[in-house]
Amino acid sequence: MSPELLTGLVVFVLASFVGFEVINKVPPTLHTPLMSGANAISGIAVVGALLIAGTKEWNLTVILGLIAVILAMINVVGGFVVTDRMLQMFKKKEAKSS
Amino acid sequence: MNNTGIELAYLSACALFIVGLKQLGSPASARQGNIIASVGMLIAIVATLLNQSVLNYQMILVAIIIGSLIGTITAQKVAMTEMPQMVGIFNGLGGAASSLIAVGEYWRLLVTGQTINFDAIFIAILGILIGGVTFTGSLLAFAKLQGLVSGSPVTFPLQQPFNLLLVGLFLAGSVYLFFDPASTDVFISLNILSLIFGALFVLPIGGGDMPVVISLLNSFSGLAASAAGFILMNNMLIIAGALVGASGIILTQIMCKAMNRSLLSVLFGAFGGESTVAAGGGDG
Repeated sequence: MSPELLTGLVVFVLASFVGFEVINKVPPTLHTPLMSGANAISGIAVVGALLIAGTKEWNLTVILGLIAVILAMINVVGGFVVTDRMLQMFKKKEAKSS
Repeated sequence: MNNTGIELAYLSACALFIVGLKQLGSPASARQGNIIASVGMLIAIVATLLNQSVLNYQMILVAIIIGSLIGTITAQKVAMTEMPQMVGIFNGLGGAASSLIAVGEYWRLLVTGQTINFDAIFIAILGILIGGVTFTGSLLAFAKLQGLVSGSPVTFPLQQPFNLLLVGLFLAGSVYLFFDPASTDVFISLNILSLIFGALFVLPIGGGDMPVVISLLNSFSGLAASAAGFILMNNMLIIAGALVGASGIILTQIMCKAMNRSLLSVLFGAFGGESTVAAGGGDG
């Protein structure tokens, strides 16, 4: 196993624990927005897509990378906008009921 | 920007994701949390564009603009009642992106004639598997919620032996790839099998359980991003992916509990003689 891979594994495991700990006692009304927000964050794949799409000459890797950039950007932007819309609605409801 | 600058930007983006996720979990701060996370994303993207190896600016900017426009328009247009399936389809696209990264990077290693070692093959297979399952699984979940496909659990005779056969094929293909990394036929077959797995995974689950499935697939898409991070050895991707992967699993469990069901009965309810059959109807 390469040292880089080992470092990656360390980072992965520690970040997973952070992910476990960060979510607790979420009220049911927030389940869908939280899922949606986390989903937008998973669009971070766009960083990887940008890196493989970055080379100057045209080849299959660059084409796949550019497609991946489009898909991941839809995930990111769409995800954050949808989450915001959900939370906006949530706020209005709160205001009405109070 | 030099590499240290980029890494520091990535670090701050990761911190913003963690704070954002935390705040998304409580009603008072949820909206702010979403904004914080999106700022983190913006920082990560801008930092990546400043990477010296990213040269192909025009095309990349075009791709970013196309993706952002499609994302904004669809997210603005969708009706409130259709939110879960919208999350599902966005999620599927993220999984597809991770899968494409795995394929693209594998291809780059092949054509540049670099030796592809055990680690690289293993991670690539993992990447296409999780990414592929997320993609087709999410699309089918979307189709079920949208009513494009029947919402009731779909089972067919010999379904489980058939699934096992495909898993066996996948494993055999993976082992073969270790001995012959240049075999593109096998690599493409593994991709296709991964896509089939996603569909087979969601097919026997009822429409009423789809939100839980989408949450689980959301967790998968995080893991897929993490796998892409391992392929490119990029810590930013590994961290953000692991965050979503882990928090997604926890959220899935919380959602199951709220429905008074276990995750296993949601996933395999259509197979076993579970007493609690999905709300979509168990006659399929």
